[in-house]
Amino acid sequence: MTDTIITSTPKTGASKGSASMSDQSKSRRSLWRAAVVLIIAACCYEAAARSGYFAPALMPKLSLVAQTFVAMLLDGTMIEHSVFTLYRVMFGFLLAVLVGLPIGILMARFAAVEGFFLPLVSALMPIPSFALVPLFMLWFGIGNLTTILIVFYAATFPMMFNTWSGVRSVNPLWLRAAGAMGADENALFWKVIIPGASPFIITGLRQAFLRAWIAVVGAEMIAASDWGLGWVIFDAKEFLNTDVMLAALVVIGGIGFVFEKMVFGSLEKATIQRWGMSRVAKG
Amino acid sequence: MVPIAIDNVTLEYDTPAGKVTGVKDVSFDIGASEFVCIVGPSGCGKSTLLNVIAGFLAPAAGEIRIDGKTVTGHGMDRGVVFQDFAQLFPWRTALGNVSFGLEMKGIAKAERDRIAREQLRLVKLEKFVDSFPHHLSGGMQQRVAIARALAYNPSVLLMDEPFAALDAMTRDDMQLLLADVWRATRKTVIYVTHNVAEAIYLADRVIVMSAHPGTVQADIRIDLPRPRDPLSVEFVECQKQLMRHLGHKVSGNGAGH
Repeated sequence: MTDTIITSTPKTGASKGSASMSDQSKSRRSLWRAAVVLIIAACCYEAAARSGYFAPALMPKLSLVAQTFVAMLLDGTMIEHSVFTLYRVMFGFLLAVLVGLPIGILMARFAAVEGFFLPLVSALMPIPSFALVPLFMLWFGIGNLTTILIVFYAATFPMMFNTWSGVRSVNPLWLRAAGAMGADENALFWKVIIPGASPFIITGLRQAFLRAWIAVVGAEMIAASDWGLGWVIFDAKEFLNTDVMLAALVVIGGIGFVFEKMVFGSLEKATIQRWGMSRVAKG
Repeated sequence: MVPIAIDNVTLEYDTPAGKVTGVKDVSFDIGASEFVCIVGPSGCGKSTLLNVIAGFLAPAAGEIRIDGKTVTGHGMDRGVVFQDFAQLFPWRTALGNVSFGLEMKGIAKAERDRIAREQLRLVKLEKFVDSFPHHLSGGMQQRVAIARALAYNPSVLLMDEPFAALDAMTRDDMQLLLADVWRATRKTVIYVTHNVAEAIYLADRVIVMSAHPGTVQADIRIDLPRPRDPLSVEFVECQKQLMRHLGHKVSGNGAGH
């Protein structure tokens, strides 16, 4: 009878190996597919730009956009704009995590905290952060403070909400098992609840960053002066510099992509995907 | 390893329709190192009783004493194995899962790993110490759960239908393995099941419970020599006897009950 156990074991090992192989080829294929789609989109744009239907000043050719992009990169302005924007987004995002994560946990564990914050979340979350920019500008002036606070506003609620759902979804069996093994409140929290809620917490981080990134560009358009990717776009409008606008858009998209795929993607791979806790919904 | 006394335990559930008695005046003693199976139809409160012994639920009346001490909550003198495979922590490897209790005891890392490896060897999973639960089959996950419950060396092992969700062949292997583990460790085991053959294969004693409300109906000693042969005449006879207590009609021996 023990033989059946042993013969059954290499099978599991083999299927594990083939699963990771197909995962790898799958991700390479999706990368190719993304590249092809982007190239097709760029070709369509280029065709429209060259058709003469729009004024070249309004719809510059990609070569001009690329030229402007490289020039702004080389003279350092694009990097400086990006640094300003990244500083604001990271500051606001980290603040949102520092506030949203603990409140989300407390909401899930104490009914009183939940009773206080849940209506607040429901009421404030649907307000687009962009709609608050004029008000915040009057309160906090133009510059970093307003933009950071807008980012903070945009990112806090998804962080809070997802953490709250995550802690509530922790399997009670894990808590029972851990309790039976002598875990105290402290150990339960750090070694069971936090890892158990991690799929939701990571989703929260992801959504929070995405909203923060959208918010920072919007806020910079109105409430920033001299620096920031959003400000570049808004400023370029005054001089009809569509090439500058498009170059800035490329940077905005690029940085967003890097965070989404590289930072949060690898965080997911190293944790919940490795643990088999992410229900991958894509085919 | 230690004796257990279950003394007039009654348990009530709160339901929308009012209080329902799940277990009523249940009393029996379990000797040190004894392997006791509790069998009964679903709804007889056998799992509930196990949860009371584990300290997850408090009885409405009566008490449970382990080695003379009254149970008031869960404690490290008891290890618990559940039916659900999801009881393992998915974010920990097999080794990490098994060392959890030792970690809670404050045992140093090197020592923890050594003991956990030893426990995994006992359940024949030494090759899978670094695997995460989702890479293991159901039977393997339950073996990790058994190793985890044994690792911090509790004197009592409580098992709630641990093999019920496994296929029949894997279940046979697991029963054999558990019998070996029990022989090696000599823990006091309380094992809940609805599978009569499983109970006879494993137990020194079988407690038969009846439902609505759950009470002890029979207390049967199984004296078959170990290792037991499920196809022997004595085994089958034992099975018939137990079935009769459970109210089943058994062919050749007239109506049961």
